[in-house]
Parts: sequence; structure tokens; C-alpha cells
Amino acid sequence: MILPIVRTAIVALRRDRVSLVLSFFVPIAFFSIFAIIFGGQHNTVPRVKVIVVDEDRSRVSQQLVKGLESDGSMIVFTVPAPTKKQPAPQDYTAATAEAAVKAGDVSVALIVPRGFGDHPISFGPDSDSAKAGPTIELLNDASDSIAPQMVAGLLQKAAMTAMPEAMAEQGMKYTAESIGGFTPDQRKMIDGYLAQLRQLESTRAAGGDSAAHNGLAGGGFISVHARSVVGENKNNPMVSFYAAAIGVMFLLFTASGSAGALLDEAESGTLDRVLSSRIDMTGLLAGKLVFNILLAFTQLTVMFLWAWAVFKLDFFSHIPGFVIMGLSTAFAVAAFGMLLASLCRTRAQLGALSTLFILIMSAIGGSMFPRFLMPAAMQKAGLWTINAWAIDGFTKVFWRDLPVTALWPQVCVLLVIGIVLFAIARKIAQRWEYA
Amino acid sequence: MVDSLVKRFGQTVAVDDISLSLAAGECLGLLGPNGAGKSTLIRAIAGRVIPDAGRIEVFGSAAGSAAARAALGWVPQELAIYPRLSSRENLRSFGRYYGLTGKKLNEAVNWCLKWAALEDRAGDLTRKLSGGMKRRLNMAAGLIHQPRLVLMDEPTVGVDPQSRNRIFEMIEALRAQGMTIIYTTHYMEEAERLCDRIAIVDHGRIIALDTKEALVTSAFASRSQVLARVDGPPAAVEAWVAKRGGRMVDGTAQFTVEHPAEIAALLDSAEAAGLALVDLSLRRPNLESVFLHLTGRELRD
Repeated sequence: MILPIVRTAIVALRRDRVSLVLSFFVPIAFFSIFAIIFGGQHNTVPRVKVIVVDEDRSRVSQQLVKGLESDGSMIVFTVPAPTKKQPAPQDYTAATAEAAVKAGDVSVALIVPRGFGDHPISFGPDSDSAKAGPTIELLNDASDSIAPQMVAGLLQKAAMTAMPEAMAEQGMKYTAESIGGFTPDQRKMIDGYLAQLRQLESTRAAGGDSAAHNGLAGGGFISVHARSVVGENKNNPMVSFYAAAIGVMFLLFTASGSAGALLDEAESGTLDRVLSSRIDMTGLLAGKLVFNILLAFTQLTVMFLWAWAVFKLDFFSHIPGFVIMGLSTAFAVAAFGMLLASLCRTRAQLGALSTLFILIMSAIGGSMFPRFLMPAAMQKAGLWTINAWAIDGFTKVFWRDLPVTALWPQVCVLLVIGIVLFAIARKIAQRWEYA
Repeated sequence: MVDSLVKRFGQTVAVDDISLSLAAGECLGLLGPNGAGKSTLIRAIAGRVIPDAGRIEVFGSAAGSAAARAALGWVPQELAIYPRLSSRENLRSFGRYYGLTGKKLNEAVNWCLKWAALEDRAGDLTRKLSGGMKRRLNMAAGLIHQPRLVLMDEPTVGVDPQSRNRIFEMIEALRAQGMTIIYTTHYMEEAERLCDRIAIVDHGRIIALDTKEALVTSAFASRSQVLARVDGPPAAVEAWVAKRGGRMVDGTAQFTVEHPAEIAALLDSAEAAGLALVDLSLRRPNLESVFLHLTGRELRD
């Protein structure tokens, strides 16, 4: 009795070949994307973009910058990229570097202060006194907790490898051995230094140091002070990111499901009947589009209100940015849903196709995994998705507190995506217009 | 007015050089088996099918034009209504699609609910209505804008006899108002009851078009039909029917006779062939007989 049921189901599945193909293709495609993202196949660790500002311009600081530049794990910028307005831009300053971190151009900026070359090492007789050397400032975006730790570690590595003469100071110990030992006063002084270092290390291990709170190397060979220039006052750093990321992904599902009403109406004959009235296909699709925009925008609003109520997202001081980004995103996802529905012949096809596209877009576009942690090629690929632009826009609003004028790239791209997708959907929908 | 209409779907000719015209207030029946091309013709008049050749005008406007669409009401064969809306909401939606608003829309909705006898179910979701009620609502949605010409494409498909009678009464009420109707069906009784003229459609062509009486007269003149059921070996029955120029339809032998006196000769020949008479009746030929006469096939084939 079981066999006839199985046989019928197999025959029915074989009839809808698009669904059949997609049911095998979707998991393979999705698996491949995640394999690429996590470097399983290509092993391309994302390189951290770092701005280095050398205010000291000493031989030591220049050696340090060179050391950082030669590290393959980082892309070091000391000068902004030339633009049409500024074909020969000035070197970054502390202020412009901070602005770049705030704008999300880079995750980390290092400010090497004046006088660094005179006291490059973080321990020694002057480490606790007013004569202690200036500290390198590490400016970071709190949404990316990995990049600053990585840069801090690489900074220590660069100090070890790129500043050999500074490290040679430590060679005194070996010198003492080779010359037959220090005098008691000399020994006392050196022991004092070592005690200081041990104390410093034990403090770091206990987590009492403020820099250690950030997980950064405040007690390495080079003294570093980390400061979050974005998101330092946020209650819950990743809430705004995930509200946008997850919101957009489910918006896409809702939009394609809602647009699927077109297929139901085409199958029932309602679409034909509507088109025999005063309403033409453009009007019909536009009506559906507007409904889907309102649906998507309402869904986003509810999601962000939930984030405000439960996760303390600062929603009400970002209303203009939210409305602009919300409507732009809703327009793009609604048009995407219309396009998918117009491409498909059956609900089953729509289900499979929307799952394929939405999961891929969400994976590449950063809805499941932050884009800044992806390999550079995947980050670029993400720019072909609605998710990436929407998440970037919402991040600008809720995370970076940027003014609405800063949203123009995201808004423009989302509007263009919406217009193009809707135009294609309209073209494909001609098949429903007349027989 | 339909003039030399041709519509092909691939190699299939769905409508093959059809021409017809209607007078105001007339009810024209398109009678033919499934797949004869009736629905394609209706959809072409509604502007939903673009003909490969020919011309269609609705009260002087080309089919599919805004004026033609406003003058036309289309009741498709499918239940083309929104299942998640109530009866009233469905009618309001379709009314708005035709540009009705405010008081006019309310009046039209109320008229339709009354006409379809759905006033007491106006607030019920469509998917919860019975099959007959859904059919009536489907018809009402096509009349919401009070069109001058209504296209009804097999509106009684899948409906029980009681609901079918209710639908007939609704259509007769429209006829009494002087509405022009094109009605497709493959049920002879419906065409006979409702239509002034009947076009018999087969393989995309109109093979006869006239009043019922004229069609019967044209096919059979003054001859009557004898229906005889006889008992005997099938081969002997078939041989007897063939010899007397009759046809077997549903196990009944059918003959046409000019005079009742011919019946005696028919019965004698049956007896001579060793067949026993079970039942015998005489009747005036109907549209089914006309279709059989013209095509050699039964209407329901």
C-alpha cells in the first residue's frame, strides 16, 4: 500500500522539472557558498583594512609603519584613495582616520603619536612615570570585535620584527652575562624592570587592565590604547545589525510569497477576469507592488520596534533614516518578489526558486554572517545583493549615527534595483496579458 | 459582431473562420462539445485572446478596448473570485476594478447580492460557500458594472440540479431586463431553455446557427424520431438498425420517420430479425439529434 503512494509522488515530482532540479541544486549551491565564505576551499583569510597615521615621522615610527605594510594580513592605508576632486590627497591625520573608521571605510586606525620614536617600548624605568613614552592609539569600530584584536597582535609582531634596535635594548642582559655580571646596583635596577614586566603580565592575566578589557595588547612591547569610535555608547552592539540582516532576509521571503498570489490568481482565472476590467497589467502589477512594499515596510517596522522594546535599540532617535532605508529596502524586495513570481509557472517553482535566491543572497549579502568577516571576493560579490546594501544602510543609520544624506549610495542602489527588477517583471508578465 | 475570426494555438485551430452578430437583448447560445472552441471565442470577445485573423466589435468598439471592456461582463468558466474575501468584499473589489465608487458601488453590490440570492451570506468568506453559491457569486461579479453584453462561459459546470435551476432563473431575470447574452454550454436543455438562437460549434466552426425550431426543421424537416429498445444478440440489433437507417445511442435504436405508419414496418422488421421489443417512444427531434445529425457524434463526446 505504501508503494503506490511513493510512485504517485515520484511521478508528480518528475512532472515539475524545475522544482526537481532546484531541490538538488539549492543545497549544493548553498553548501558551496558557505564553504567559500569560511575558506574551506579557497583558504582566503580576509585582510584587515587599517589606516596608519604616523605623527612621529621618526626613524623608529617609519620602521614600524613599514613593518605593518609588509604584513600580508593587513591592507595598510596612509593616504586616502585619489578621487576626481582630490587627485593627490594628503596623508591621513588622526581626525580623518577617525572619520574613516566612523564611516565604516576601515575597521581599525592606528595613530602613532609624536615622540613615539624616543620611547617605543612599553616597559622600563619610565613606564609608570610622567616621562613614559606616548601610547599608540588604536581606533576601532565596536561592531567588528575581531579586527582590532588582530591588528593589535600584528602591531606587536611588527614591533618585534621591524624595530630590532629597540629590542636590542633588552640585549643588555646578555651583555651582562658576557662581561661577567653587573654591579649590585645595576642588578637591582634590572631586577626592578623585570618585576615591573612580571607585574604587568600578571595584571593582564587577571583582566584588571583597561586595555585588556578590550582584549587588546596594552602590555606588549608597544603600549597601545584602544578606543571605540563607533558604537561605544550602544547598549547592544549587534542588535541593529541583526535586526536589519534578519529583517531583510525574511522580507525577501514574505515578498516572494506575497507576489505568489499572482500565480494563484492566474491559475484560478481571477487574473484574466481582472484584466478584462478597466485594469491593465501595468496597473495590476503596480498595485501588487505597492501592497508588497507596505507589507515589507510594516514587517520591518515591527521588527525594529521589537528590537527597541526588548533589546534596547535606539529606534526613536533614528526615525527619518529608518523610514528612508525601510521604504527603499521594501521597494527593492517587493520588486524582487514580483520578478520571481513572474518567472515561475507554479507555486512549487516559486518556492524552490525563492529559497535558492534568497538563501544565496542572504549568505553572500551578510544576513547570516557579517560581510566584513568574509574574503574580499565574497565581500565584493555581496554588492550584487539587496541584503548587503540594505544592511549597510541600516548600519549607517543605527550604528554609525550618520545623517540621512549619507544614505544616498544605498538608497540609489536599492531604488535602481527595484526599478530594474520591476521593469523585467513587467516584461515577463506579458505572458499573462493575452493568449 | 464577430467577423471571420481565426485563432490558432500551435498546430491546433481553436476558432476557424467564425462570424456572428447579435441583436440587442438577444440571448445567443454557443452549443458544442468540450474542446469545440466555445471558450476561446468567448475569451476573444472579452479581449483576452488576440485573434490570428478576423475582427470583433462590441457595440462598435474593438474587442479589448476600454469602451468594449466597460460594455462587457464576463463570467468565466473557472471560479474567478477571491476565496479569502467575503461575497460582499468580492463584489466591491470587482466593482472598483470597473471604476465604481461610493453610492453607485453600494447599489451595484446590493443589486448583485439580491440577484444572486446571496444577501444572507454577504459577509461569509467565499471559500465557505457551497458550490452553487460560489457559481452565483462568480456570475454576479461579472455583472457588477451593469454591462450591456454578458458573456457566460458554462456557468453551470459542476452545479447540482437545484442550483442549476436557480441559475436559470437568474439568467431569465436578466433576459427580462433586456440584457444581451452570449451563453456557452454543452447541455442541450440549457440552450433550449435560455437561448433565442443557438450556434452549434464543432472543431472551431459554427456548423449551424438559428432558432431551435429552425435548426430542427432544417435537419429533420417534419420527420419525427422513434426511439426503440429491443432485446436480442448485439450483432443482430446492430444489423437491424443499420438496415433501417438508424443509429444506436446509449443502447437505444433511433430512427426518423415521416409518418407514424412507418413505425409498424419498423417493428415488423425487428420481429423478423428475431428481436423482442422492450420499449418504444416517438418524439420531435431535439438539439442533440441535430448535433448528431450534423456531426455524426454525440454532444457529450
